[in-house]
Amino acid sequence: MTAALGLALDAALCALILGVALAVVAGRGVFRAVVFFIVYGLLAAVAWVRLDAVNVALAEAAIGAGLTGVLLLAAHGRLRRAEAAQDLAHGMPWSAALAGGALAAALGWAWFEMPIPVEPGPELAEALPRAGVGNPVTAVLLNFRAWDTLLESIVLLAALIGVWMLAREGDWREPLGRPQHARPGGVMAGFGRVLPPVGLLVGVWLVWAGADHPGGAFQGGTVLAAVGLVAVLAGVIRPPWIGAPLWQGALVLGPAVFLLAGIAGAVLAGGFLTLPEGFAKPAIVTIEVALTVSIAVTLAFLVLGPPEAEGAG
Amino acid sequence: MADLATLLFTALGLVFFAAGTVGLIRFPDTFSRLHALTKADNLGLGFIALGVAFQAESWAQVARIALIWVLALLAAGAVAQLVARAALMRRGGA
Repeated sequence: MTAALGLALDAALCALILGVALAVVAGRGVFRAVVFFIVYGLLAAVAWVRLDAVNVALAEAAIGAGLTGVLLLAAHGRLRRAEAAQDLAHGMPWSAALAGGALAAALGWAWFEMPIPVEPGPELAEALPRAGVGNPVTAVLLNFRAWDTLLESIVLLAALIGVWMLAREGDWREPLGRPQHARPGGVMAGFGRVLPPVGLLVGVWLVWAGADHPGGAFQGGTVLAAVGLVAVLAGVIRPPWIGAPLWQGALVLGPAVFLLAGIAGAVLAGGFLTLPEGFAKPAIVTIEVALTVSIAVTLAFLVLGPPEAEGAG
Repeated sequence: MADLATLLFTALGLVFFAAGTVGLIRFPDTFSRLHALTKADNLGLGFIALGVAFQAESWAQVARIALIWVLALLAAGAVAQLVARAALMRRGGA
């Protein structure tokens, strides 16, 4: 009975994901595609939960659906303000369809060709007690494959610098993003005061719990970024300008601490990014906290966009 | 007993969700659609949260489920107001 229900749920979920994915690529209009993309991300997060990959589900919901969705909505708003052509020419964009189809075919082929991994891999199970943390995902991200995570944090920074290059010369010293007009005492102003305390708690908890339970720097950092954005939208805090030293420090804190830990490992433990067994837990928590600060600030600044003075763009 | 309560309350919640969805599709303008969506869905989510709470293993879990419901209420209420204001401004009022 339970197995049949589970199967029915999974089948319905797969059908929904496919249907929504189709609506993203085949529907008319950019706005509609963005909305369906957000729904797609949430459904994908549910699918990850069904696969017992709660870490991935959290990341997909927070970053895949939430943050990317907001970024796409912001891009849509910018296109509309610039009165750029909203709807692409009618007819099939064959090159994009071909590229997407080829990628899907390659992934499908890989799925059938590659051996099904034994979980959670005998090597991982053997190495986990020495990693310093109980959550195998955190152990892989920050200890066994720390190199990947370090580069990811730097890529994020590069993306932000790319966005800032869009700023006009005259706006350089203006606050990031567009000026916000929340009515004082209005709904948004109230929301922006009620939500941040709860969001702060949830974000910090996600980072702290990430050592032994699902969670971590990216999930917690995204929640914290959202808290900051709500506060900015509500007019509770004012975004800084690009050159504010404290905020620039927050942006590079994560990669810098990560790099320093890596170099310390090279000097003391015999390899770049090697964490000695006794120090693994405090080192991972320190790196995670620093990364969280940088990820939160970078993501929030990415959504805010380049500085735009009143009346521009 | 707990399973029966879960079934009953989640089923009731689904009825409200279905009603809200019908309202969203059938009602003529943005404001009445928002009315149908936020009120019915908030109640529906409340019943589903109540039903799921019967499966919780500790009071801490019940508290977390309740917190999720309260946050969803807060977000839905605030967003409904903002959408309504945007619709009003587009129409040329306010």
